Order: sequence, then structure tokens, then C-alpha cells
Amino acid sequence: MTIDEEPFVPPRRTSAARFAARTLLAQLRPAIGALIALTLLTGCLFPLVLFALARGISPDQAAGSLVVREGAVVGSRLIGQAFTRADYFHPRPSAAGNGYDASSSGATNYGPSNPKQVDAVRKAAADYRTQNALPGGAEVPVDAVTSSGSGLDPQISPQNAALQVPRVARARRLAEADVRRLVAEHVEDRQFGFMGAPRVSVLELNLALDRAGPGKAG
Amino acid sequence: MRWIEYIAFLSVVVALVWPVGGYLARVFEHQPTWLDPLLRPVEARLHRLMGVTLDQEMSAGVYTLSFVLFGLLGAGWLLLLLMIQQGLPGGPADHYLTTPMTADLAANTAISFATTTTWQAYGGETTLRYATDLLGLVSQNFLAGAAGLAVGIAFIRGLARENSATLGSFWVDMIRAVLWVLLPLSLAGGLVLVWQGVPLNFAAYTQAHTLEGAAQAIAQGPVAALEMIKNLGTNGGGFFNVNAAHPFENPTPLTNFLELLSIAVLPASLTATLGRMTGRPRAGWVLLGVMVALFAAGLAICVLAEAATPPQLAGLHLAGGNMEGKETRFGVGGSVLAAVVTSNGATGSYNSMHGSYQALGVLVPLVNMLLGEVIFGGLGTGLCGMIMMTLIAAFLGGLMIGRTPAYLGKRITVHETQLTILYALLTPAVVLTLTSIALATRAGQAGLVTNTGARGFTEVMFAYASSMANNGQNMAGLNADSLFYNATTAVAMLAGRFGLGALILALAGRFAAQLRLAITDGTLPNDTPQFGALVAATILLVGGLSFLPALALGPVAEALSR
Repeated sequence: MTIDEEPFVPPRRTSAARFAARTLLAQLRPAIGALIALTLLTGCLFPLVLFALARGISPDQAAGSLVVREGAVVGSRLIGQAFTRADYFHPRPSAAGNGYDASSSGATNYGPSNPKQVDAVRKAAADYRTQNALPGGAEVPVDAVTSSGSGLDPQISPQNAALQVPRVARARRLAEADVRRLVAEHVEDRQFGFMGAPRVSVLELNLALDRAGPGKAG
Repeated sequence: MRWIEYIAFLSVVVALVWPVGGYLARVFEHQPTWLDPLLRPVEARLHRLMGVTLDQEMSAGVYTLSFVLFGLLGAGWLLLLLMIQQGLPGGPADHYLTTPMTADLAANTAISFATTTTWQAYGGETTLRYATDLLGLVSQNFLAGAAGLAVGIAFIRGLARENSATLGSFWVDMIRAVLWVLLPLSLAGGLVLVWQGVPLNFAAYTQAHTLEGAAQAIAQGPVAALEMIKNLGTNGGGFFNVNAAHPFENPTPLTNFLELLSIAVLPASLTATLGRMTGRPRAGWVLLGVMVALFAAGLAICVLAEAATPPQLAGLHLAGGNMEGKETRFGVGGSVLAAVVTSNGATGSYNSMHGSYQALGVLVPLVNMLLGEVIFGGLGTGLCGMIMMTLIAAFLGGLMIGRTPAYLGKRITVHETQLTILYALLTPAVVLTLTSIALATRAGQAGLVTNTGARGFTEVMFAYASSMANNGQNMAGLNADSLFYNATTAVAMLAGRFGLGALILALAGRFAAQLRLAITDGTLPNDTPQFGALVAATILLVGGLSFLPALALGPVAEALSR
């Protein structure tokens, strides 16, 4: 240690504890003042200003991108919902609540060494091949048999949608080519050509199906 | 295609470093900016209210105590709000709030948000009132983030000033960080997010009737008010349980890109702020180069691990990478980018479930946090961590050539070395001790409700690494809402925020008091690629020495066990 290291040693008589106590007391007013004023500014004024602007510029999105059909809210464009009928395209498996519970998002959180994940995927793959009349060794897109991060994934991969076309067309008595064209119209490419992944929104595709031809329950 | 997204991301970050870093330097050196006509009057009013002045100066000790006091007051306010939130008016309806707000969960959450960790042992849509979200979480996101930036600026001043007893004023810096940096960016970015689909309302949860005739309750809320600031302030706590994986928080690849930029750009730009304020711009570029190189290395490892067909699913004839816990719109590429940005950026806003990553995939975010969040890192604190590692590198380099070690003309003598080494040791000491305690006790083991074995070990270590790094992301297979985890993660969060913060500011005070050494032939240059390589090697060396044995028991064991 060299001597010129120590130009700012506090005077001996002031102990560290007394220095701290005096400082804390002196800083109490700015601390409390800043907390109150900035909490109001950032937690109250800021959200309200943003709210007013958002309502003016993008009112639909601000309200949750809700889809209204015949006067009733049938869901949100951004939120996946469960489909099990043969005449609808099916979304990915979901771990949100009991499946697509949009008031309780969630994932499986199974690690790769967890046997439950392998079991769940194996069962989902077998079901998928059965539903879509695929041979035993046919490749299945991985998104069709794994749960998403949110449990509310609104989309599936275009490959997944393509494999479901024959089933949906049969159930709806539509030509496969017509359904395939509908799917193609609903494929969203990567944003700006390079961001994210290509995808098909299941709810919007199924809404379009309902407009194209009557489904049948079952 | 994902490589193009990665190159685009890093290019935008690097392109913004110089202009944004320059703007930050102007703001904190009180030079004119184009926002002055609007913000100076607000600032003056706040100063009058608080009894501070623009030219106020503080010693390192007073700066530290102000920082700690403000953080603890914020935690106290949030604790109060959380305890009374059942009685607050507004949505969501009571029956959706199924997570009981126990005293230990409230205290953990309060400390978590006041330290920018924003670790969440609860799910947002099943726990919090909108009023708590705004007056508690959103505001603490601003304030804690601004406090972190203030500390970073004070540290830069320590290196920039000569023969000075002071580092600036915490209050002036913190207010400038809110008004000139965080508020305008949150407002502009928030509008883009709403346009892309992030909701902003105060409505009750929507009751939808699905196409198949089922009832679906859709959670709503002022999501967009939180979304930008949680990233800009490198906080990261989500509005919803699954954070940025939720389509309402992160509806499109564009929002993902923007949210990740808002994590990385400000911390990266502080390298240029350092360069400008110390008059050594090339030294700033060297630190940025180290950050980008380490970032790219982690990204490559993680994406290769996740894009391959998961080995445990081989034989099931699946096409594609590991999509368990990942969203279709981001794909493996956008998910991994978020994992690497959030784990480097001290921001918990993951968009995929790290708990379902492959062993080597999750190793990357874990290591990023254990290295001390030096790659971009937390707002303000990230640059400090990087410089701490740089000081060790300068020390090693100085010893090699037999000179007094120095960085940017500031000598690293006995006291500086002590502070630096304490800083480097605090993270392993806290993380490894708490991990051992958790694994050795029933209360700790009780959290492993989803996965066991090496995976369980990783989950526990991940939790403490995340808390200590004030990151907040988790492997959600661990059930952390218990008295044990609420208490122990809070200890790590406090140590990571105020323990490391005090060491940073103490060192800044010592540097500010020094004169600057003249550059001579014998000086180890701090602004060459060679020095950058030494810094990168030092970071990996210190991290490796501290954590390799523990990592061998977790992700490495899991990777080798198949």
C-alpha cells in the first residue's frame, strides 16, 4: 500500500455507523419525495397517457384483438383455443390449465430427461397419426406433439396444417384442393422475410372454413 | 434464416451503440438535448419537491446509501401494496386471483422488483390486481431500472474524473434516467407494441364462446404499460405467468425483435458512454467487441442444441427441433435469441420455457447469468460487471509485463484489487452456498415438483444464479412459492443488488480520487483487440474456476447421461 492512496479518509471521530445514520436521515426527504412523485408519474400518469393514445390509434388491439361473430365474442385472434372436432384444424397440445385456459397460461416444464415428456409426446404422435390417417412411420411436425411455452399458442406450422387437410376436407365434404388453398391463404411468412417462423393461425383458418362450407358436429 | 435474424439483431444493436451512448453521455453530463424544453421544467419541479439541486454532488458513501435507501423504500412500498391488494378496486375479478398472497410471497416479490430481479414465484394473471400492476410493478420497473443506470453512470464518472471526492448525485442521475431515457422510450415503444397486438385496457377478463361452443375466459389488463419498461429497465417480470411467451405480451416476431432490442441496446451503448466520458472511445469499443463475441458464442451453442431433433424423442419420427415450451411464431430461432438476450441482459422476460431446453441448451443461459451478466448485462450494472472483469484482466496483464496494473490510467493497487476480488467471489459464494443448502434440506428438495436428478439440480442452481444476477428468469419446473425459496432467493437478490452495488461504488470512489497515469511505452494498452481477448479469456477463466464443478453435476451430467 502506498501513502498517496488515501486522500479521502473520513475524520477518525466519525464512526461508519454514525456516518450512515446521518446520511440516511439526510437523504430521507429526497428518497420519499422521489418515490411518491415518480410512482405517480410512471405508475399512474404514464399508463393513462399510453392508454389514451393506444385507444385512439389501435383500439381493437388495445382491447385484446377480440373476434366477434354474429354479435358474440368467439375468442381473440392472438389466443389459441381448443379444437377437437374432425372438421376443424387442431392446435398444439396445451398445458394452460386444463388446456387453452386463457386465464391461466402455463407450460409443461418437462425437462428432456423427464420420462413424462417422452410419454406425452409418444401418445400425442400416435393420436396425431390416427386422426390424420398417417402410416406408423410417417414424420410428424414436432409442433403438433409438443406443448407451447404459453399453452395459448394460436398458431401451428404450415407442415402441421398441411397434414390435417385431408381429414378436414373429408369431414366437411369439401375438395382437398379447396381446403389446401384456404390453408395457403392463411400461411403467414416470416415477418419482413427473416423474423420468426412461418405459421398458420388456427382460429382464423377455422373461421374461414366455417365461412367456406358447413362443418358437421362430431 | 435464423442466422439472418441473429446477424440483423446484432447489427442493429451495434449500429445504435454510438448514437445512443452519446445521448446517454449528454444526458448525464447535463448537456442540452432536444427533450430539454419539455423535461427541464419537470425536472426542476421534482428537484424542488425533493430538496436537491442539479449541481449536487455525493461521495461514494452517500451515493451508495442513497441507492440502498431508495431501493429499500421501494420494496417497502410494494410490500404494502401487495398486502392490501385484495382490497384495491378494479379488475381482475376475485375468483381469478387463485394464488394466495402470503407474507413471504409478498416480501419476496417486493424485494424482487425493487432490485430489478423481478423474479416471480407466482403467475401474474392469477395473482395481481391491475392497480398493483401499475402502481407497484410498472413504477418499480422504472425506478429500480433508473437506479441501476445511475450506478453505472457513477461508476463511469469514477473512471472519468480525476482528483475528485464525489461521483455526482444519485437523485439527479436517477431522475434523469427516468425522464430522459426510460419514459420516452417506453411511450414510443409501447405504442408500437399495442399496434402489433399487445393489449392495454382495464377490462374484466373476456368471456368468449369458442367455435366448438366451450367457454374461454381470456385474461386482459394494461399489458403494454409494463411490456417496454420491463425490458428497458432490464427487469423482466412478466404481466402473465409465462412472461413473453404469452401471445398478449409478445404477439409477433416483430414485437419479439423489438422487446429484445430494448433489453440489449441501452446496456451495450454504455460502452460508448464510457468511451466518451473518459475520452477513450476505443476502450469502449473493445469492451463492446468482447460482449458481442461472447454473445455470439453462447447463441451458437444454444441454437445448435435446440435446433437438433431432441435426442430423447429420437425414434418417434418427428420433424423439427426442440419445440417443447416454445411458440410457433418465434420458432427455435427467435426463442433461442430471447434465451440468450434475456440471460445476458439481466432480464427475465424469456419467451420460451428454459426448463424444457436440452441440457446444453439451458447451460448457455445458466452460464450467462453465472458469469455475472457482463455481456450487455443489466442497465448500468452490466457495464460495471464487465469493467470488474476487465480490471482482473488488466491486473493479470500488468503482472505479466511487470508494471503496476492500471485501467484507463487508473491504478489497480491493493485496495482496488481487494474490492474487485470481493466482487468476483460474492456471486459464487452466494449461489453455491444457497444451492447446497437447498439440495441438502427437505424444504429445498420439496420445490422439485416436476423434474428430478441432474435436471432438478440445474433448476435449483438456476434459481439462485438468476436471483443473484438480478435476472429473474426461472426454470419453472421448480415450485419456488414456498417460505424456503421466497426467503433464500430474496437473500440472493439483495446480495446481488446491494452487495455488488456497494463494491462497485466503493471502487468508483477510489478511482475518482486518483489522478490519471500518463500513457507511456510501458503502459499495457486497454484499447487493443489483444486486450479484448485477454478480457474475454479472464471472464471465462474466472467463471470456469468458480462454477465448473457445480455445472458438472447439473447440465453436464444430464447431457452425458444419455
